Amino acid sequence: MANDTLTGNLQNFAEDWAADREAFKVPWGKAMMWIFLLSDTFIFTCFLTSYMTVRMTTTVPWPFASEVFALTVFGVSVPLLLIAIMTFILITSSGTMALAVNYGYRQDRKKTMLLMVATAILGASFVGMQAFEWTKLIVDEGIRPWGNPMGASQFGAVFFMVTGFHGFHVSCGVIYLLVVAIKVYKGHYEKKGYAIVEITGLYWHFVDLVWVFIFAFFYLW
Amino acid sequence: MSETGQQHPLTVYIWIWILLFVLSSFSYMVDYYNLQGYLRWSLILIFMLLKAGFIVAIFMHMKWERLALLGAIILPTAFLLILVGMMTLEADYTFLARDVFFVEQDGLLEGGNHHH
Repeated sequence: MANDTLTGNLQNFAEDWAADREAFKVPWGKAMMWIFLLSDTFIFTCFLTSYMTVRMTTTVPWPFASEVFALTVFGVSVPLLLIAIMTFILITSSGTMALAVNYGYRQDRKKTMLLMVATAILGASFVGMQAFEWTKLIVDEGIRPWGNPMGASQFGAVFFMVTGFHGFHVSCGVIYLLVVAIKVYKGHYEKKGYAIVEITGLYWHFVDLVWVFIFAFFYLW
Repeated sequence: MSETGQQHPLTVYIWIWILLFVLSSFSYMVDYYNLQGYLRWSLILIFMLLKAGFIVAIFMHMKWERLALLGAIILPTAFLLILVGMMTLEADYTFLARDVFFVEQDGLLEGGNHHH
């Protein structure tokens, strides 16, 4: 942090990449998590780009997401209600995760564990709402990967593939969080240090990040 | 900093947390008030990019990482825009071809730009 100017940064950049030496001055697990997340970014971008392509090429109208995902509350139809709640749940969980990372580095094992468990519970409730949404769409609305009553038949394929893959990531994240939370509480990282909480956090924030794009492009566009 | 990892005041996270809530509410409002056309699309994109930016910069600590890591992650991601650009061109062409051949045969639409 000594030289924060642009030339200083560029000099650091050149030195870090020069010759046979360590390029990333972070714990190896953190560098590997970032590289994994980069590969995941490519997968999700491929999904969203193929979604863009089928939506642009179909000559049949695309189903109106605002209505498809509306919920009726006390007789009033509210657009995208469940999706909005899911979005807020995921953001809340990102906040608790960020705090867990902070308390991890303070070596406050109990608070770290509690915040990570809270994050996992919020994640699990997200998956639960997604299961409710899928059930509603499959059973009540008759949406299938190969067709649906509302319009372009690619709608179902894109919906199940993109939200399914994201939901799978959330589910894996819940398990990952719980495993690390228990190990934190048991004191397994007292010697190694608490970078693991930050690494777990990177994965969890990434899951939230992907949802930002899915929310914008699939539900709102 | 690499010894102890990323440590920042709690208030930074809490402010960004609140900001993400506000931005999410704004993007939901876009749909709730049923805005349409370029206004809708530009607002969706602005709120999306702001949210994504704050998550990556603050929650994922990219703001405080060295340029070597930032470049290794952000640069390849930026190249994905080329894929999006190419698929936009391809999709435009496919749509045009379908509009000319399929739709005309089925008689579903009329008045497209048909050049034979």
